[in-house]
Amino acid sequence: MESLTWTGALGPWLNPAIQIAALALVISAIANILVSVFTADDRVHYGPDGAVLQSSNATRYTRTAMMLSLAALILIALGYLVGGILLPAEQKGIIGRISTRFLPVWIALVLVFAISIAFKRRLGLYGHLFDNVIGMIGFGLVAFWVFSAIFADMIITFDPVQDVISGMKNKAPGTPLPSPGEGQYGYYLLGGDAIARDVFSRMVAGARVVLTIAPAATLFAFMVGIVLGVPAGYIGGRFDTVLSFVANLVLAFPVILLFFLLVTPEIVQMGVPTYMAGILFLFPIAFLVILWNSRFHTQPMTRNLLVAGTLLIGGWLYLGLAWDMDPFGLISIPGGVLIVFVSVVFVNSPTVFRIVRGLTLDIRTRDYVAAAQTRGEGRWYIMLWEILPNARGPLLVDFCLRIGYTTILLGTLGFFGLGLPPESPDWGTSINAGRGLLQFFPFPPLVPAVAIMSLVLGLNLLADGLREESLKD
Amino acid sequence: MFLFILRRAGVMALTALCMTFIVFLLTNLQPNLEKLAKTQAGSRITDAEVQSWLERNGYAEPILSRYGQWLGVLPGALTLAEDGTPESGRCIRGTTVDSVDEVPRFCGVLQGDWGYSTKFKVPVSEIIGERLARTGLLMFWAFATMVPLALIIGVLAGMREGSATDRTLSTFSIASTSTPEYVSGVIFVVVFASSMVGLRWFTGSAKSAVDGITFENFTLPVATIALYGMGYIARMTRASMAEVMTAQYIRTARLKGVSFRNIVLRHALRNALIAPFTVIMLQFPWLLTGVVIVEALFVYPGFGNALVEGAQNNDIDLLLAVSVVAVVVVLITQLISDIGYAFLNPRIRVT
Repeated sequence: MESLTWTGALGPWLNPAIQIAALALVISAIANILVSVFTADDRVHYGPDGAVLQSSNATRYTRTAMMLSLAALILIALGYLVGGILLPAEQKGIIGRISTRFLPVWIALVLVFAISIAFKRRLGLYGHLFDNVIGMIGFGLVAFWVFSAIFADMIITFDPVQDVISGMKNKAPGTPLPSPGEGQYGYYLLGGDAIARDVFSRMVAGARVVLTIAPAATLFAFMVGIVLGVPAGYIGGRFDTVLSFVANLVLAFPVILLFFLLVTPEIVQMGVPTYMAGILFLFPIAFLVILWNSRFHTQPMTRNLLVAGTLLIGGWLYLGLAWDMDPFGLISIPGGVLIVFVSVVFVNSPTVFRIVRGLTLDIRTRDYVAAAQTRGEGRWYIMLWEILPNARGPLLVDFCLRIGYTTILLGTLGFFGLGLPPESPDWGTSINAGRGLLQFFPFPPLVPAVAIMSLVLGLNLLADGLREESLKD
Repeated sequence: MFLFILRRAGVMALTALCMTFIVFLLTNLQPNLEKLAKTQAGSRITDAEVQSWLERNGYAEPILSRYGQWLGVLPGALTLAEDGTPESGRCIRGTTVDSVDEVPRFCGVLQGDWGYSTKFKVPVSEIIGERLARTGLLMFWAFATMVPLALIIGVLAGMREGSATDRTLSTFSIASTSTPEYVSGVIFVVVFASSMVGLRWFTGSAKSAVDGITFENFTLPVATIALYGMGYIARMTRASMAEVMTAQYIRTARLKGVSFRNIVLRHALRNALIAPFTVIMLQFPWLLTGVVIVEALFVYPGFGNALVEGAQNNDIDLLLAVSVVAVVVVLITQLISDIGYAFLNPRIRVT
């Protein structure tokens, strides 16, 4: 079999078209800048009522040209994806084949967008996101990776860890297998890495690793930050001084040094991650118990039910995750992953603590807090049911940003080969494995690098959109 | 003001003390010491030999006493041979002495002795000095490109909030903050130094930069560091600029008929640059991670490389020195940013 080309049968038509569109975009953008520079002085007109109007026909034309060529560019790019799915299998190029593999993701994305846009007026802040182009792009990128992680088993063409096919070492994208077995996929879509594994499958499987660890670790960091930060801001005093000092101490630690000291096999051997997990994983349980107790302590029946449920489920998860002593043997994390998880939580929580503390200091002076104090509400009720819900806007935005930051941290850990096992398909580890021969075989590290970038970019754009929309209210 | 600096200095000293102790604790865990013994005395030695190596080299003493020795508040350990000449000890590593009298009693950080690197077999201060000079050069060029570019982008984006320029530049800054060094480094090398694209403008390794930096070998590392930090400063500058542009005195200037260029350059700019100043100062410590990644990616033997080598070989003294340098940089930049902020903004009074 021959190697695949990037575009397959679509190439002869769409390649010239996309070149023309790109050229048109560049020319119109330059023209727009030039025109707006040269007409800067005579663009201001005074209307009949003396109002200042800004208009210029020339810029209007160049801007329209720019928008049109941009739209053409996007349409052609979509054409590659859709056309790639529709073409018969033997005419597909690499892009077409990849697009076909991602079919479940496309369907899920279209469904989510259609439903969300249809009901956006009833969906609160989430619905407002669909009024915002930036937010929509960000949401799309994030949702793409989330669905890729969910459907990873359907998308991958080879096993990301075990399928080592001889003769496929460091091969270019679209290389066919030398002797494909029965029912085996015929090509390495994005080439092979240094030990002849499929780069495409590793990228997709990596999404699953990254998207399980990063959001969970961020959530835990938020629990720790909230449980400590709200009382530090609300009660203040010595409690606050000590906690702030500790938080600043952890923040003064260079993250990378901390990782190098904490995430080593020797530390795992000492059981340090288990003890840290034992402390850090208590916070979510404590948070929920305090949350229920402060709200429902006047209704003992409800309170007891909620607290007992939290303690049962939380305790079960806690035993399994932190101490690896799940009585049913269902839940456990390997030591390498646990230390990565714990150290990422540990690095993130002081920053969350500072944000939450700052927000609390601001909100505690509000009237509704004073009203709750006058009503004689308990301290924890005020903290968790009056202050915290009113801090949700900035916290939500920071949560999105922080997942991105956590993804970057995970990549950093992988880049230095810390924590996760060396055959793990996560993106940082793959970059690390490929960076030695980067100048000769760029694809193995380039593909996960672009994946990290697009996910983090999506999260940052999503956070930006959320911030804009939440400020509008 | 003086009291403020004094109090900050006290907190700094306490933080540095706590931090070095934590580093000390982590590097001196038993498995780490065993690893050290095996890398120093051969990987095939028995457990008993490991133990005796540790005892001979003073690693078997209680941890607090060794920390005291490192600090220089306790006398350094010394083992004497049978004839009374000093055989080994913390104060004579890397040197040879004949009699006990020549050995200094204290040799810790307080005496200016940073210890001896077990990895590089030279005094730590030598390595740190050399490495810091190289990394300083990298940082200097990174800042020299990053800060002006970020400020220009931020000011251009913030002066007309919501315009096409603003949206383009803001998207660029968001993209730059979502490209960590190991991603942008990989992309830069592929585009500008590999055979795939074929531009080959720069070299993908900065190894030769040790003998003298050139445009060819230093551009990619500098650009990689600068890109990630740039977006953040630009966003802060944009936010601050956009806020200033809505202020009353800008409206007054507009109503007086001052031209837009003059409004931006003479009225808005100075006030808009106060907030980014803090951010820029706080970028220093944050850059350390970037430096470590870039030095690993581009094979540049600087401070970050020393950190990696020290951590991988459990080089205790080197790691302690690295963490002291890091924490001092963090705390001093915090101090400068606080003081500078008070100086730049007359509405803030330090009490």
